[in-house]
Amino acid sequence: MKKNKPMTRRQAIFAGLTSAGALLLSGCLKKAPPTYGNILRMGDDLTYTAQRGLLSQRALAMEYQKSDITSFPVTDIGDPADPKSKAVYSQEYHELQANNFKDWALTVEGSVAKPAKYSMDALKKLGERTQITRHTCEEGWSAIAEWTGVPLGAVLKDAGILPAARFVYFYGYDKYTESIDMLDAFHPQTILAHTMNGEDLPARHGAPVRLRVETQIGYKNIKYLQRIVVTEKFIEPDADISTGWSWYTGI
Amino acid sequence: MNQSQSEEIKAIRHKRWVKSTHFIITLSFLALTVSGFVILMAHPRLYWGKAGNDLTPALFELPISRNYHHGGWEQTTPFKHLTSSQVSAVRTYDIFNENGWGRSTHFLAAWFLIATGLIYFIVGFFSGHFRNNLAPRAREFSLKLLWRDFVSHFRPQTRPADTQYGLLQKITYLWVIFFLFPVVILTGFTMSPAITASYPFLLKIFFGHQSARTIHFFAAVLLLLFLVLHIVMVIRTGFKRNIIAITFGSNHEKK
Repeated sequence: MKKNKPMTRRQAIFAGLTSAGALLLSGCLKKAPPTYGNILRMGDDLTYTAQRGLLSQRALAMEYQKSDITSFPVTDIGDPADPKSKAVYSQEYHELQANNFKDWALTVEGSVAKPAKYSMDALKKLGERTQITRHTCEEGWSAIAEWTGVPLGAVLKDAGILPAARFVYFYGYDKYTESIDMLDAFHPQTILAHTMNGEDLPARHGAPVRLRVETQIGYKNIKYLQRIVVTEKFIEPDADISTGWSWYTGI
Repeated sequence: MNQSQSEEIKAIRHKRWVKSTHFIITLSFLALTVSGFVILMAHPRLYWGKAGNDLTPALFELPISRNYHHGGWEQTTPFKHLTSSQVSAVRTYDIFNENGWGRSTHFLAAWFLIATGLIYFIVGFFSGHFRNNLAPRAREFSLKLLWRDFVSHFRPQTRPADTQYGLLQKITYLWVIFFLFPVVILTGFTMSPAITASYPFLLKIFFGHQSARTIHFFAAVLLLLFLVLHIVMVIRTGFKRNIIAITFGSNHEKK
């Protein structure tokens, strides 16, 4: 299994300390989390470093029984298939949905040897994992559901992820963006979910495919997936840091 | 021995490390209270069990933001392969949510609290502070003394703080230091997806994610109640002298 490890714990500690040290020295060293300067972001970075250094990176988030499944609210920024939700609306997504997502394909590009577009069938051939897990929203609520999907690690390996790759960026049709590091990307429970509670992912839960990152807070689980970009550098995502939200949310 | 000297002897002399940890913990506790309240405002509903949200029953809801009973939901739809009790619904209400800075402030302050708290624990244990100043003496354990101490807190003119902590005072401090703070910190950890992945026992001992959140809330309320009582007693036993003693008061560590 060691070969599959994208980053050892020692590397994680070292990388974290280096970036924290660089932040303290220069105040604004670019392109490694955090790229941001204020004191709150330094606290977020300390949390990131500590959790990467002190916690087991392969430990699984608690998995529940079928009887634990709860109701599940939809609290996202809007429906990308609805022209009334102006900023979030995507005509392309609208058309894909009208055709029941038969023409949908996930783009995987960036630091990969074989950039490709994966149809749903092609994705499903790469593997499958079913897990009953808890979605923990930053607002304070939580919900339990059963998710089935393709392990993200399998997709990245199939695309031929390059050794220098450090982050994975996700772009949704609702114009939302998220990114995670390689430790979370290759976590066994990090999946591209296409099925929720035994049915095709319902429209407002992110159809046709959404991300599940079980070791982070809810807003990392981007919906309506369109594109994945693997990068060697950290780019400030619009979705969180610039609007005041912590990039790493393992807490 | 003149008057001023004898008064000085009566005031408790805090060690330097007690003063500095007390100061940092006070500041971080205030930051945690403010940010914790802001976080609670985003979802002022509390639950018991593994999970809970607007579509599941709450223990109670607090009227502390416009999110209280907001009721802005589209019609619920059941999941096809589940019983009708599990539903999905889309929120249509623009909620109050300042968790961006609220959460980051909370966790930054928590770092200060935990780091300082650890130092306090270690030094307090090895310096004999807990043993000498906080642990009640065997002879103090009598209902009569406990009652006398209790009643004395309600006299119009409370005796100025002694150089020794009173029995009730000791019990209260021990309860806050060794029970409330550990509980509030551990239930905080229990709300973290990454920490509970590594330490799932936390979810067991606090009965699940939402139970931990509810216990976190009540522990915080008790800590605030302690803070209020603490301030009241500080004022009643000589505000000025107590404040000087815990801040810049003369340090007589050398005998």
